[in-house]
Amino acid sequence: MELMTRNEAWNITYRHALGETASYFYTEIRDNKKIFGRRCATSGRVLVPPRAFSDQTLKPTTDWVEVGPGGVIEAFTMVYEDFQGLPPPPYAFGYVMLDGADTALGGFFRGVDLSNSAEAAKKLAVGTRVTTKFAEKRIGDVLDFWFEIAG
Amino acid sequence: MTNPRVGIIGIGQSAFRARRDDASYPDLVREAVNLALADAQLELDDIEAIVYSLSPDAMVGIGNAERLGVDAVGARNKRFLRINTGGATGISSVAAAYYHIAAGACDVIMTAGADKVGECGDSQTVLNKIWDPTYERSLPLGTITMLAMSGIRYAHKYGMSEEDMAGVVVKNRRHASLNPNAHLSKQTTIEEVMTSRYISWPIKLFDCCPQSSGGGAIVLASEKYIKDRKLDAVWITGVGHCSESYYLGDRMGRGFMADHADAHALGESFKRAYKMAGITDPQKQVHVAELYAPFSNTEFHSIEAAGLSGLGQSVPELRAGRFNIGGEIPVNASGGTLCTNAIAVTAMIRLAEAALQVRGTAGGHQVKGARVGIASGNGGDHQFFGTMVVEA
Repeated sequence: MELMTRNEAWNITYRHALGETASYFYTEIRDNKKIFGRRCATSGRVLVPPRAFSDQTLKPTTDWVEVGPGGVIEAFTMVYEDFQGLPPPPYAFGYVMLDGADTALGGFFRGVDLSNSAEAAKKLAVGTRVTTKFAEKRIGDVLDFWFEIAG
Repeated sequence: MTNPRVGIIGIGQSAFRARRDDASYPDLVREAVNLALADAQLELDDIEAIVYSLSPDAMVGIGNAERLGVDAVGARNKRFLRINTGGATGISSVAAAYYHIAAGACDVIMTAGADKVGECGDSQTVLNKIWDPTYERSLPLGTITMLAMSGIRYAHKYGMSEEDMAGVVVKNRRHASLNPNAHLSKQTTIEEVMTSRYISWPIKLFDCCPQSSGGGAIVLASEKYIKDRKLDAVWITGVGHCSESYYLGDRMGRGFMADHADAHALGESFKRAYKMAGITDPQKQVHVAELYAPFSNTEFHSIEAAGLSGLGQSVPELRAGRFNIGGEIPVNASGGTLCTNAIAVTAMIRLAEAALQVRGTAGGHQVKGARVGIASGNGGDHQFFGTMVVEA
C-alpha cells in the first residue's frame, strides 16, 4: 500500500524578559563596550556571564566586576555543517575565560582561516590568549562581541 | 535500610530505523508495548501504572505527545506519569517505575515510549533551543558542538586523537552488525571514519549517532509478584542519579567543580548505584556495560565515569580491545547510542540491553557469562545522569 506523509513547520515567536542582571550586562556592552561579571562574596569567584546567584555556593552574588577584554580559550569547535536556523558554515565558537573572571563566556572566534581545520585547531588551542572585539553597531546581545587571537 | 527488590520481567524494543512510515507515533509506542507484554506474558489490563518516556516534544513534533500515547500504553483508568530528562529520559523513566514499586505504590508497572527523530528535519535546531535565551541562544550551540568542546578539552587534558575516536566507531559498528535492532549496523573502518566530513571539529559524520525511529518498553514488578508467580526476572540492584550545574562555561576556567572534559556527575551517579548494589571494584565486578555515548569521543569519559578505567586510561585500553565483545569488559555490545538514537527511549534501551545480557538472551551480541551489567543515560547540556546495575 502507499504510505502517506504530512509536512509540518513550527514558527513560534517569544519576547523573553532578560531580567535585571543580564540587562545590566548587555547595557554595559552596548553603551560602553565593557564586560561585567558578578562576584560571589562567599567564594570570591567572578561569574561571567553574570548570574544573580552562584552555581557553587548557591548564594546571591553581591557586586559587579569589570573583566577582560583579554582572556584565554577554554573550549572551541569549528562547525562545517549547515543547520537550519544556525549561521552558515564554516564558523568557530567556544568559551573564553576573560581576565578577572573565574568562569568562561561563550562567543564566536573570528579572524582564523578555517579552510584547513587541523591548522585552525592549533591556532584555537585551549590556553590560547585572545582579546574581545566589539561590533560598531551594538544592540545588547552576545553577538555584539567576539574573540580574536591576541596579536 | 534494605532496599526492596524490583525485577525486570518484560523487555520490548523496535528494530530501529531512520524512518517508520508504516507506523504513526502511537503505533510505534504500541509496537514496543506489545513486545514487552509478550516477553512478560502479561496483558495490558495486568499493568497497574504507566511511566511514559518522552524527551523534548519538538523532536516528535507533537506538543505533550504523552497525551497521544495514553491509549498506546493502555493508561486509561490508571496512574500515569511522563518523564523528561532529555537524553537520560529513558533511564529516568525506569527509575521512576522502580520507585513506584519500591515505595509500595504498585506491584507491576510498565514504562514505555517511542521517538521518531528521523521525522524531524532539524534536530540540532530543536536541541539549540535547550540553551537559555538570555546568554547563549544567539550562539550556535547544539548537542554536537557542546560535546565536541568536551572532546577538545578531553584531548587537551589526556590526549585523544581523531583515530582514537574512530576506533570507538569501528568497535560499536562491529557490535551493531550482530544486533538486528541496531539502526546503523554496517561495519566500517578507521579510514572510512577519518575521511567522513567534519560536522563540528573534531567530530565527523561517522562519529555521530543517527536520528532513529522506534520504541521501547520495560515491565517491572515487585519481588513478591515475581516470587508468587515463579517468574524469571533480572534484578535492578543499583539505581543512581546525579546532576550537573547549568552553564558549560562554569565547567572550565578556574575553581570549577566539574571539568567539561569529563563526566563528573555521571561518575557520582555510578558511585551511588554501585554503593547500593554493593559493587566496590567495578573493573572486576561488572561484566558488561551499556553506556550512553551519542558521539564517539564521549564513550571515553563515560567508561572512566563508570569506573571501568582510570581517568585518561580508556583511550589506550579501548585501542587494545579491552571493551570489545570478547574483551575484558565489553562496552556497548549492542552498538550503543552511537549506532541507534531514538532519543526518548535511548537510555531505556541501554538498560534493556544490559538486562538482556545478564538474562543471557541478547542473541548475536551476547557477552558470554555476563551476570552483572550496568547502564547509563545522559541528558540536557551534559547535565542529568542516570545509572543502574542489573543482575541475573
